Amino acid sequence: MSSHDHHHDHDHDHEHPRLSELQLRVKALESLLIDKGLVDPAALDIFIDTYETKVGPRNGAQVVAKAWTDPAFKAQLLEDASAAIKSFGFEGRQGEHMVVLENTPRVHNMVVCTLCSCYPWPVLGLPPVWYKSAPYRARAVNDPRGVLRDFGTELPDDVEIKVWDSTAELRYLVLPMRPAGTEHLGEDELVDLITRNSMIGTEVVTFPAKVPEAAE
Amino acid sequence: MSNPQPALDVLPASLKDRDGPVFREPWEASAFALTVKLHETGLFAWSEWAETLSGKITEAQADGDPDLGDTYYQHWLAALEILVLRKTDLTVEQLLSRKTAWERAAERAPHGEPILLPEDEIA
Repeated sequence: MSSHDHHHDHDHDHEHPRLSELQLRVKALESLLIDKGLVDPAALDIFIDTYETKVGPRNGAQVVAKAWTDPAFKAQLLEDASAAIKSFGFEGRQGEHMVVLENTPRVHNMVVCTLCSCYPWPVLGLPPVWYKSAPYRARAVNDPRGVLRDFGTELPDDVEIKVWDSTAELRYLVLPMRPAGTEHLGEDELVDLITRNSMIGTEVVTFPAKVPEAAE
Repeated sequence: MSNPQPALDVLPASLKDRDGPVFREPWEASAFALTVKLHETGLFAWSEWAETLSGKITEAQADGDPDLGDTYYQHWLAALEILVLRKTDLTVEQLLSRKTAWERAAERAPHGEPILLPEDEIA
């Protein structure tokens, strides 16, 4: 190995388009909209940065952990989720109404958007790829227990599974059950246990936390 | 017992990871940001957006897209193009000629240099 770092592996780049068809379409759209003054390029950058680094399932986990430890907050959250979540500074950009669904020993809630993958962005960030896929969208409705099994989630037969279909105006967040044995944990430690999928309803929160499977 | 619905295991394992990537490529992030920003300026209602996007997804499925989530932002971009053409005075011709301009600029840019659009190619 030589010490300098030329990138000759990519010699043949000039034979291929440097930008993909999709990249070109976005660039065309973006630059024309900027020229027209319809969007501000600086605002676009800030927005993307915020979604990539600041917004994510941790927001939702903070809401859930507070609900687990503060009964008054939990009551408020179930009563008016939009307002309770706003008190954290997490606010919807589309004016959508948030509803929190509480899991209990009898009822397990699971969220889907059968039309176009509406998702509670302010609390969960952007949706995972499987949430946007046709198999999930169809099977969550027709075979929710099967979907749960795919995620390694086995629920007792007497637990009722409710599936909620999001819309452009209505977004759901599942309030998972606090696992046994976590009574001594503080809010911050609880946040670390709460997974994105548990707030979509495809998993339950476990203690100790489930180790993510290694990618194949 | 036969199940008429495709199973989730048709998805690659990586798509089921706990906190998979939200955007797989930067253009997906750009398309997402443009849509939200244009909505915020009042160009379209979010319900109109959702309707257009779900229309594109349905269309793609009818055309044989297995729709596993990996093509989601392609549908997103197609829906955005439709709404921009519907709601602004930009035309298909302008989009196409701007796209060609970017393609030429990309071919001309030296390897590793940023791709810039020259003034005279801006239609």
